[in-house]
Amino acid sequence: MPAHEPWSEERTRAIVRAFTHLEGPLMPILHAVQETFGCVPEEAVPAIAHELNLSRAEVHGVVTFYHDFRREPAGQHVVKVCRAEACQAMGCEALVKRAEDRLGIECGGTTADGRVTFETIYCLGLCATGPSAMVDGKIIGRLNEAKLDKILAEAGA
Amino acid sequence: MTIRIYIPRDAAAVACGADDVAKAVVAAAAKAKVKAEVIRNGSRGMLWLEPLMEIEDNGVRYAFGPMNEAEAKKIVPLLAKSGAAKIKHALALGPTEDIPFFKKQTRLTFARCGLTDPVSLSDYKAHGGYKGLERALKLKPLEIVEEVTKSGLRGRGGAGFPTGIKWKTVLDTKDARKYIVCNADEGDSGTFADRMIMEGDPFVLVEGMTIAGIAVGATKGYIYLRSEYPHAEIALNEAIRHARGAGLLGPKVAGSNHAFDIEVRMGAGAYVCGEETSLLESLEGKRGLVRAKPPLPAHKGLFGKPTVINNVLSLAAVPYILAEGAQKYFDYGMGRSRGTMPIQLAGNIKHGGLFETAFGISLGELVDDIGGGTLTGRPVKAVQVGGPLGAYFPRGYFDTAFDYEAFAARDGLIGHAGVVVFDDTADMAKQARFAFHFCAAESCGKCTPCRIGAVRGRETMDKIIAGRDTGENLTVVEDLCNTMKFGSLCALGGFTPYPVMSALTHFPEDFGRARTLPAAAE
Repeated sequence: MPAHEPWSEERTRAIVRAFTHLEGPLMPILHAVQETFGCVPEEAVPAIAHELNLSRAEVHGVVTFYHDFRREPAGQHVVKVCRAEACQAMGCEALVKRAEDRLGIECGGTTADGRVTFETIYCLGLCATGPSAMVDGKIIGRLNEAKLDKILAEAGA
Repeated sequence: MTIRIYIPRDAAAVACGADDVAKAVVAAAAKAKVKAEVIRNGSRGMLWLEPLMEIEDNGVRYAFGPMNEAEAKKIVPLLAKSGAAKIKHALALGPTEDIPFFKKQTRLTFARCGLTDPVSLSDYKAHGGYKGLERALKLKPLEIVEEVTKSGLRGRGGAGFPTGIKWKTVLDTKDARKYIVCNADEGDSGTFADRMIMEGDPFVLVEGMTIAGIAVGATKGYIYLRSEYPHAEIALNEAIRHARGAGLLGPKVAGSNHAFDIEVRMGAGAYVCGEETSLLESLEGKRGLVRAKPPLPAHKGLFGKPTVINNVLSLAAVPYILAEGAQKYFDYGMGRSRGTMPIQLAGNIKHGGLFETAFGISLGELVDDIGGGTLTGRPVKAVQVGGPLGAYFPRGYFDTAFDYEAFAARDGLIGHAGVVVFDDTADMAKQARFAFHFCAAESCGKCTPCRIGAVRGRETMDKIIAGRDTGENLTVVEDLCNTMKFGSLCALGGFTPYPVMSALTHFPEDFGRARTLPAAAE
């Protein structure tokens, strides 16, 4: 996992300014902010709004609308399992249950030690080689119990 | 002589270990002193065979798959003594293009996918690339639009609206600035054709968008790509950079007086942004709220300017139409569904992958003959065609022809042509519940039928699954579906009733209701 910087207002404003030449720059800005800090923290919202001459409500609305943007940093490792229809047909729900039991959390949560965030994703476009998962950005096809156990073990769970 | 070995860079191949196989091949070749060049091509679309390794021998490519590191290390040293054609190995499949799944296809849009190095402009041109643009530059804008209209091409995203008519509207709308927007927010489960073409032949999309820009007088194109497709982002940006470097994008496209350039923008995990007006809002940097129509995007689209917004496959079909002529494309297909459709066979299927063919093939032929039935070997119970908003069809509907109107006549849709197969362990009441759940999770929240209906639908399905007042609750579900179908602003709320009602109609026993349809439907 890439190391993230601690949040800084100055850095946030610099990121915004690097994108203001674009038409409709907010989405690329939010992606860049999240890539830098690991999330889009609450404190970043007024800074972004001020730079773009938008209201805080407008920026807040966008940050909270999209599933990808986090308000708080994820765990050290992020395991996402696809739970859309094609993966359902290949038994993804049993794997989700197995991971939940092993991690001791429900899908959508982070383990108490902050090691693993376990989430649902709807479709990685790997629908003929399912079930599919994404682990720290790396895609995995033909997921099965053995592969899942290995992933979770490597993530330290 | 250097031996060419192809190992796909396609995400599906990579997810099954293609990167490790490629590394193993390079190492094994060096060790055995085999002069080999590894090319990371797109996928041939036979995804059950991925990672599919191909070795060239006298101009013919021989397939080996599904490959793994250990077997690759055994096969490569054999090349020191004999050509790929003579290698006997359990994973040897013979010439790639003789594999029946591949041989039965009509590859127009996907002609180059898997064949070439996706990001090599010279490879693209050597295989007929940029012939469409070359012809477009000799035509007047209206003539380009007419070619697209005459080809019969309809929107491949799912709505099936005639592409040429959309383009004509933008051409006729006067404005100093216009846009071409490519909808690459392929969120439907069971679909991956957009991803495959963007990773496997990105230039065809770049060329298609460039032709669209010249046709309607737009100078800027955006590709709105979903964030779940990082490999496609890399391939697209690489292709755009090469096209720019060669003067095929920029202030003077191919030396002409037309300016056109393309930018890739990433989505952020919102399914509803695949709806065109929601996508435009997102591109503008707003929440992906669906817009009421009119105004149409063709009149007031991105930033209020006239905008062509087309699916990846629609735009990727354009270079062929321009290069080969509208009639040649139109000659494929049936009824009002002209040309070919890249169909995606997915879910619980033995031979899953991308199968491009003319419209008209039957659903049963696709699932049973081409796809080989289920991967688990159990009987097929249902297939969902057209993503999470598509209907579930029973075996009794396997005679349905793959055609926009034939599916509509049976209360279904072909959508983006994803076919997801379920075996007899599937519980259709749970699938109906999921349809509501998905709609609730992904609703933009603007209109009430979708925002509230989906949540109430899920709650009611929970009661039905628990066996509480089944009859009354099913009446509630039917009523909700009716409200959502006719009262929603866009297809998310409007089409969620398709999977729900089809599951209930065709599989009533899963809902605790007696079957009223004749058993012959099974």
